[in-house]
Amino acid sequence: MGQAVYAALAVVIAVGVFIAYFWGANWLLDRMLATPQGTPNERAMQRDRRRTQIRPWLFIGPALLFLTVYLVYPVFETARLSLFGRFGDEWVGFDNYVWLFGDETFWQATVNNLGWLLIVPTLCVAFGLVIAVLADRVWWGTIAKSLIFMPMAISFVGASVIWRFVYTFRPEGVDQIGILNALVVALGFEPQAWLQIDYLNSFLLMVILIWIQTGFAMVILAAALRGIPEETIEAARIDGASERQIFFSIMIPQIMSTIIVVWTTITIIVLKVFDIVFAMTNGEWGTQVLANYMYRWTFISGDTGRGSAIAIIIMIAVLPVMWWNIRRMRQQEGPG
Amino acid sequence: MGAPAIEMAAPKPLAAAPRAPRISLGRIGVHLALFVLVALWTLPTIGLLVSSVRDADQLAVSGWWTALSAADVQEAARLPTAADQIEENGAFVLRGNLLEEDSGKTIATFGTTNATLAENQAGDAIEMRDGGFITVNADGTFEWISQTPFEHERGPRIYYVAELQPRFTIENYEEVIESNGMDRAFLNSLTLAIPATIIPIVVAAFAAYALAWMRFPGRTFLVVVIVGLLVVPLQMSLVPVLQLYNQIADAFGVEAKGYMGTWLAHTGFGLPLAIFLLRNYMVGLPKEIMESARMDGASHFKTFTTMVLPLSFPALASIAIFQFLWIWNDLLVALVFLGSQDDQTVLTKQLISLLGSYGDSWHLLTAGAFISIVVPLIVFFSLQRYFVRGLLAGSVK
Repeated sequence: MGQAVYAALAVVIAVGVFIAYFWGANWLLDRMLATPQGTPNERAMQRDRRRTQIRPWLFIGPALLFLTVYLVYPVFETARLSLFGRFGDEWVGFDNYVWLFGDETFWQATVNNLGWLLIVPTLCVAFGLVIAVLADRVWWGTIAKSLIFMPMAISFVGASVIWRFVYTFRPEGVDQIGILNALVVALGFEPQAWLQIDYLNSFLLMVILIWIQTGFAMVILAAALRGIPEETIEAARIDGASERQIFFSIMIPQIMSTIIVVWTTITIIVLKVFDIVFAMTNGEWGTQVLANYMYRWTFISGDTGRGSAIAIIIMIAVLPVMWWNIRRMRQQEGPG
Repeated sequence: MGAPAIEMAAPKPLAAAPRAPRISLGRIGVHLALFVLVALWTLPTIGLLVSSVRDADQLAVSGWWTALSAADVQEAARLPTAADQIEENGAFVLRGNLLEEDSGKTIATFGTTNATLAENQAGDAIEMRDGGFITVNADGTFEWISQTPFEHERGPRIYYVAELQPRFTIENYEEVIESNGMDRAFLNSLTLAIPATIIPIVVAAFAAYALAWMRFPGRTFLVVVIVGLLVVPLQMSLVPVLQLYNQIADAFGVEAKGYMGTWLAHTGFGLPLAIFLLRNYMVGLPKEIMESARMDGASHFKTFTTMVLPLSFPALASIAIFQFLWIWNDLLVALVFLGSQDDQTVLTKQLISLLGSYGDSWHLLTAGAFISIVVPLIVFFSLQRYFVRGLLAGSVK
C-alpha cells in the first residue's frame, strides 16, 4: 500500500514539477521582458522580439535535456568507453575491437543476427501482406486481424514463455505436452529437444518475433492497400489482368514505399532483439545474438570496454536505417 | 506539410474501412487460408490460458488440447503393513484406499509390478506374494484377504493406471501469487509504468508544440536529430547512464538503482517517438485555429494549454498506450536500472526468474505468464483504435 502511495505521489510531484516549470518559466519571461504602457515603441518591439526568441527554448528545454543526457551523450560516451579497458579507466586503443573480431562467439552472434535480419522482416512482411489481403475479403476479417495483431501487446518475455511451452520436450514414450512435439509424434517421428538443435533453434526463436511483429506489418500494409485507387485495379481488370498479375504488378509496386518502411522498422527491432534470446536459451546452443552478447559482457562479466565495443557494432548496423529515415523525412517536409 | 500528420488527422478505424479493391479468389480457399493463419497465431496463447487453469498434475502429463478428456496416469501406492490387519470371519483383512481423497482419479488397471500394471482390471482379485488375494476397485479402495495372518513388515507396492478426470482450478494462480510474489511484481510494474508514461508525455507535448508551431533557428535541425534518435539502440545508453547514476549516488549518498532513475530513463528513451508522433499530429492541426487564437491575443502558452492539448487528445492517447505497453513489457531497462530486491522486481523480471528456477513447472509458468500479459491484453483490446492510429502515424509514408 505504501508503495502505491509512493507511486501516486511521484506522479503528482513529477507532473507538478514540469507544469510548474513550464508555467513558471513562461510567466517569468513575460514578467522580465514586459512591455508596460508607455514603453518607447522601438524598445517594445525589441523586447517582443527577444521574447519570441526565448520562448521556444523554454518549451523545448526539458526535452532537450533528457535527449542529451539519455541518448546523445551516451552515444559518445559508449564510443569512448569502447576504447578503454574493462573498468573504463585504462586506454587500450582498438584492442577491444581486435579482440572482438578474433572472437568466435562474436562471429556466431553476427551470423545469427544476419539470419534474423534476413528472415524476420521478410516473413513478417509476407505474412502481413497475405493476411491483409485475405482479411479484406471475408466478413470476419476484422476479428481475424485483431487476433493476429494481439501478440503485439504481449511482452517478449511473456511470448517466450508461451513459445517455450509450444516447444517443450518430453522423452519418447511419454505423452508430449508441447504442441509441436505432439504433432511430430502424431506424424510418426521422434520427439525433439528443439531448442538444442543447431540452426533450427535460432529459427525457432525468430518464429517468436515473427509471431509478434506480423500484426504490425499487417496493420500498416492493410492501410496502404486501402489507399490504392479502385480505378487502378478496375482498369487493370478491364485490360484482362489476372488476379495474380494485379497483386504482383499493381498492388505490390503501389505500396512499395510502405513495405520498405515496415521492413526497416522491423529491422531495427531485430537488431535490438534481446529479451527473447535471454529468456529462451541465453545464447546457448549456438543461438547468441549481439544484443544478448553485449549484455553478457557488460553486466555479467563486468567488462564495459568489450560490452561497449559490441554496442558500437549494433549502432553501426543501425546507421543506414537512420540515414534513410532522415532522408525520407526531409523529402516529405520539403524545404523549410 | 507532413503526410503522416494527415494520416493521423483523418484516422481510419480498422472496422469501418472502405473496401479494398476486390480480387475474386476461391471464396472457400480464402476463408480456409485465413482460418489456418488465425489458428497458428492464436493457438500458442490459448494453450497458455487453458494450461494455466488446469490441475497441475494433469498439466504435467497431458497436452492442453486434451484438457477436456480424461488422462491416464501411472502411479504406485504402498499397502499397509501387517500391523493394520483385522480378523473377520476367520480371515485376515487389510483395507484402505490407494488414492488420496478428492484426487479426481479412478483406477483402470493395476498390478504388483511396474511391468504388470496393465494386466488386471479394477475389481479383479490377484494373488499376492505375501499371501492371500487383493482386490482393487475403481474408486481406489482395496481389500486384501488372507486365510493366514499377515506377517510382512514392509507394505508391498501396488502399481496402477488411474484415469484423471479433467479438473480446472485457480490453484496455479494462488500458488504463483502467494509463493512466488507475482502480486508484488504486479504492483511494482504499475509503480514503474504509470509515472514513466505520464512524465514523458508532459515533456514531449511542450517540445512538440514548439517544433510544430513556433519559429526559431535550428528547428529543422532538431527535428532531424529527433528522427535520428528514434533508432538509437538502447544498448548504447545503458552503461553511460548507469555510470552517471552511480556518480550521483556516490555524491549524494543515495541508491543508484531505483524507481526514480528508471522513470527518468524511460522518459529519455521514450521521448523521441513521443515528440515525433505529437509534432506530426500538431503540424496537421488547422492553421486557422492557431491564427485566430493569436489574433485574440492568446499567448503561445495559452494556445497550447487551452486549444492544442485538447485537440491532440487522440495522439496523446496513442502515445500513452505505446509508452505504457513498452514499459510494462520491457525487460532490459528493468534489469539494468532497477534493483533486484522484492520491492523493485517487475513482472518481466519475475517471470525470468520463474523460468530459471521452475523451467519445467508449467502450472506456475503459464499462470505467471498470464498474470504478466493480462494488463497489456486489456489495454490492447479496449484501446485498439488508438493503438492502430499511433502505429499508422508513426510509419506510414
